This record gives sequence, structure tokens and C-alpha cells, in this order.
Amino acid sequence: MKNRAKFLAYPYLVWMAIFIVIPLFLVLFYSLTKGNIHDPSSLSFSLESYARVFEVNYLKVIWKSFKLAFISTLFCFVLGYPVALIISTVKAKYKSILLMFFLVPIWMNFLLRTYAWMSILSPNGFINRLLSFLGLPTLSIMPGQTAVVLGMIYNFLPFMVLPIYTVLSKIDRSVIEAAMDLGANKIRTFFNVIFPLTVPGIISGITMVFMPAVSTFVISRLLGGNKELLIGNLIEQQFTVQRDWHFGSALSIILMIMILISMAVMSKFESDNDNGGAPTW
Amino acid sequence: MSKKIIELNNVTKRYNDVTAVDNINLYIRENEFITLLGPSGCGKTTTLRMIGGFEEPDEGDILFDGVRINDVPPYKRNINTVFQRYALFTHLNVYENIAFGLRIKKVPKDEMDRRIKRMLKLVELEGFETRHVDSLSGGQQQRVAIARALVNEPKVLLLDEPLGALDLKLRKEMQIELMNMQKNVGITFIYVTHDQEEALTMSDTVVVMNKGIIQQVGTPVDIYNEPENRFVADFIGESNIIEGIMHEDYLVEFSGRKFKCLDKGFQQNEPVDVVIRPEDIDITEPDKGLIQGVVTSVVFKGVHYEMMVEGGGFEYMIQSTDMQPVGVNVGLTFEPEDIHVMKRGS
Repeated sequence: MKNRAKFLAYPYLVWMAIFIVIPLFLVLFYSLTKGNIHDPSSLSFSLESYARVFEVNYLKVIWKSFKLAFISTLFCFVLGYPVALIISTVKAKYKSILLMFFLVPIWMNFLLRTYAWMSILSPNGFINRLLSFLGLPTLSIMPGQTAVVLGMIYNFLPFMVLPIYTVLSKIDRSVIEAAMDLGANKIRTFFNVIFPLTVPGIISGITMVFMPAVSTFVISRLLGGNKELLIGNLIEQQFTVQRDWHFGSALSIILMIMILISMAVMSKFESDNDNGGAPTW
Repeated sequence: MSKKIIELNNVTKRYNDVTAVDNINLYIRENEFITLLGPSGCGKTTTLRMIGGFEEPDEGDILFDGVRINDVPPYKRNINTVFQRYALFTHLNVYENIAFGLRIKKVPKDEMDRRIKRMLKLVELEGFETRHVDSLSGGQQQRVAIARALVNEPKVLLLDEPLGALDLKLRKEMQIELMNMQKNVGITFIYVTHDQEEALTMSDTVVVMNKGIIQQVGTPVDIYNEPENRFVADFIGESNIIEGIMHEDYLVEFSGRKFKCLDKGFQQNEPVDVVIRPEDIDITEPDKGLIQGVVTSVVFKGVHYEMMVEGGGFEYMIQSTDMQPVGVNVGLTFEPEDIHVMKRGS
């Protein structure tokens, strides 16, 4: 049965090879060479592009990308966890309505949503017009880091809520009853039982928010103007404006490695938590 | 007799329009092994959950040591529960699962160690301290769940079909183990099951429930030998339940003739239900039997044969080691004490 169905995976394997594996190798190849990409004979092995990544200007951009992604992820977690908890505890008929609130924005185009935020946050946008209508001083959050972080939180929040909600809703009610039976009040039950059991959901939520946040270039360009350059913008520029594919590839590889390291740290954290007999209080 | 530790007075619980528990009265004595027995949906688990504090009765009172505990939350009750599917904490190892309640009570480290060691010994899981609960077999998980509850030294332990998920052999072993544990630790056990054999094996007292109503309370022997109504007779073991008429004290008529019996206190010519257990009927030569009949089916059951004999306007089930083939004319005999007369009820 298992073996006979194997051929069903072939179309996807072909797809994966053409659109994932080969491009990855191409990126790796460009990052390790220099010369004119339109003239294969001019290409030679070089680590020059990687050396450039470590110039202070570029390190600053990478640092800022990780910082903003971290802040957004943190906010998504702080905002998202209670929401997931509420959705998982309300009655079934309200559950689907609440979930809809989180899903409807995803149905809309990502770019459109970000444009909407532009019109809310921009100097002449909704918020400032409201403030000046009320006779209050206006804010200048856009373009700027605050606007970028707000955009990230808005766009990625559902990806934090959904995995946590899924794990929460799978927790056996009797486990919670067992905790209360053993003397834990509601707060204790949450911190000693529910929260530790949702760690896998938190990990995947963080992953699903942090990864797109750290590599985004649309949010930072639309809401950050030209002054909030992130690593995603830097890579995009290398391919579209600067036409330096070698440097763009090197940046991509570095970004990928850093994301992989972050994920490895996260999963280490998860497995530590997992086999822990150690008390958490 | 020891004192009453838990009392249920006129307790009713409804879920929307469905009455799960209907005005029950029950008391449980200290150190008793009491079993709530009944088919699924009879209200036995709801009753247990109300004692545990997971449900609040709509009417009536639950008393613990004479104090009303209707609205006391579970974490403030001196009662612990072994849940149906164990409900172990999968993020903690065996030691930490058992330590959970003790840590909340802030029991000192050395005392906690000592009590957990003793529990692990009791449930025969020494050396399993650091094992992950997911890596244990069903029976082992069950024993961790029991240890986790017992280590808190509750006055009452509630067990909600704790052996339901185990295979037959393990279940029998655990039944004996649980009985021994209960005697060793001297804690009141309230046990819920739908398995009548389990209930009869383990309990001091059996409470038979159906449709949210208590049908009968008694010792296993009483419940088996003196069922109070058709439901109990039918639910506990195999029964021949025949409609009959009670002519006078000690004389009952069924299957077309009158029999001497040991029952009294009925009205003259009152319609009754008569119970005769299949193992109490003997097969003899046709002319020596009280009832004559013909064998209609034979099934080999291991220890005995189960035969259906049609005679006297009824199909009798007989369990016997003497097999008579299908189609043979036989006689059925039984003693007056094998006849049990019940009021005709629902």
C-alpha cells in the first residue's frame, strides 16, 4: 500500500527539484563567485560577497531586521496567546465567529492589507486626521520603525494565534481537571499544565511569525519609506536595482543560515522543556 | 459500622433537558469500596463528577464529613480522582507526575521523596522515576495515575472506569491489585464501571444505576442473589426472567405450574417477575423434571455449555457442564431457594 502510492509523490518531487533545490544551488553558486553573470566564462570562485556582508553598514541592517522581527514576534505572542486561549474556551458557536475575525484578513491580499495600513498611519492618514480633528498634536510614526512593526504584527498575528489555538484545543479536558483535582487553582493549572503543553504550538507560532518578519521587504518599504531598510530590501535591491546577484545571493545565504540557527535554538529549547522533569515553579 | 463520609441527599443533575441524575440518595461509609454500576448514560459518571467537584448538582446536597460541599471547587476537596483515560501530564516524567499534588501543597523535599518512593513501590514502578509517561504501557500509565492520586493521601479516591482501556488479563490483575491497595491504604474508594463482573469482584457495596435512578444498593451477593427488579436481574449476570403469579406466601405459579419458593410479602395473586439463574437449573430425564422441554441450541463457553431449552411456554437458558444435544427432550429441575420472586415493575 505504502509503496504502491509512492508514485503519487513524483509530481511534487519534480516540482521541488525545479523550483526549490535547483534555485537553492544557483543562489549558493552565485554567492561563491564573482564576475559577469551573463558571461559564464568570466565567473570565478570568490568569497568577496561574503566579506562584504560583514561590513558595518550591512551588519547594521541585519541587526535591525532581527531586532524588528524579534519585537514583532514578541508582540504577536503577547497579543496572540490570550486570544488563542479565549477562542479555545468559548462555546462552539462563538468559536467559529471569533476564528473568522482572524481568518478574514488572510483572505485579502497581503499587499492590499499593507496599503490599508499606509492610509491609516501616513502623515495625512486616518489617525492623524482624527487627531487634528480633535485638536490634538499629530503623530509621525510613518515612515518609521513603529509603522513597520505595526504592519508586521498586523500581518503575522494570525500565524501566531492559529497554531497555539490548535494545540490548546487538543488538550484533553481531563488533564486540566486532573490538575485541579490535585489541588491546583486556575492560575496554577495554567502555568503548570496548560502553558507547558502548548509549547509546541508556541514554537511553531514563533517560527511562522519570525521567519516572514525577518525577511520581509514589502512591509518595510511601504511603511518604512526608504529610511527603514531591512535585509529583505537589501537583497531585493541587489537583484533589481544594483544588479549584483553575487552579493544578493550571499546575503540570502547568510539570512538563511541565521534563520536556521534561530530555529535550531528554538527546537533545542523545546526539547529541553520536553524531557524536563524539573519543576517550573 | 464506620461513619458516613459522603452523603448525597436528593441530588439531581440536568444537562439542558436531559436528567442525568434523578433525585438520588446515597451514603458512603469510611474505608468502603463502593461501586457505581450501570450501562453507559445511567448517571454513574455524573454522580462521581459531582462528588469530585467537576459538576455542581442542580438540586440537593452533597455532604463530606457532614459539611455541605456543593460549591467547593475540586482543588479544595480532600478527594482525588483516577481518570478514565489516566489524564497524565505528558510534559512531566513519572516522578513529577506523582509529585504534582505534593508540590502544590509545598510538602518538604525529603518527605515528598519518601512518599513518592513508597507510592512507586506500592504500584510496582520502582526505577521508573525519570521515564517519560508516553513511553509507558497502558497498565503502567494506569498505575502512575493511581499513584499520583493516592500520594496525596485523600480521604476518598474516585475511580472512573480506570481499567476500561486495559486488556482482559491485565484488567483482572489490576482488579486484585486495586483491592489490595485499598485494604493497605485504608482509603474510601468510589469506583465507577459498567462491567458487572468487575463490580461484583471488587466491591464491598454495589450501587446499580439506570436512567439516573438508583435501582438497588447492596453487597455483591445480595445484588446477585436478590435482585430487586427486572433491570438489576437482567444487568447482573445472565437471568431467566419469567412472568408469574404469586398465589400466596411461598407459592408462585409460572410456566403452567405451581412451585414452592422462599419469598413472601406479596399480595394474593399478584403478578410478579420470577428470576432463575441459568447455573441453578439442572437437566434431568424428562419424567424427573419439574418442567419438560426440548433443547433448541447449544453453545460451548469453555467452563460450561450454554443451552436453550424450550418448555413451559418459555425459553430457558441453562449453564451446565452436562451437554445435551439439540432436539433432545429433557427435564429441568431447580430447588425452591433458586427461585427469586420480584415485584413486577417497569
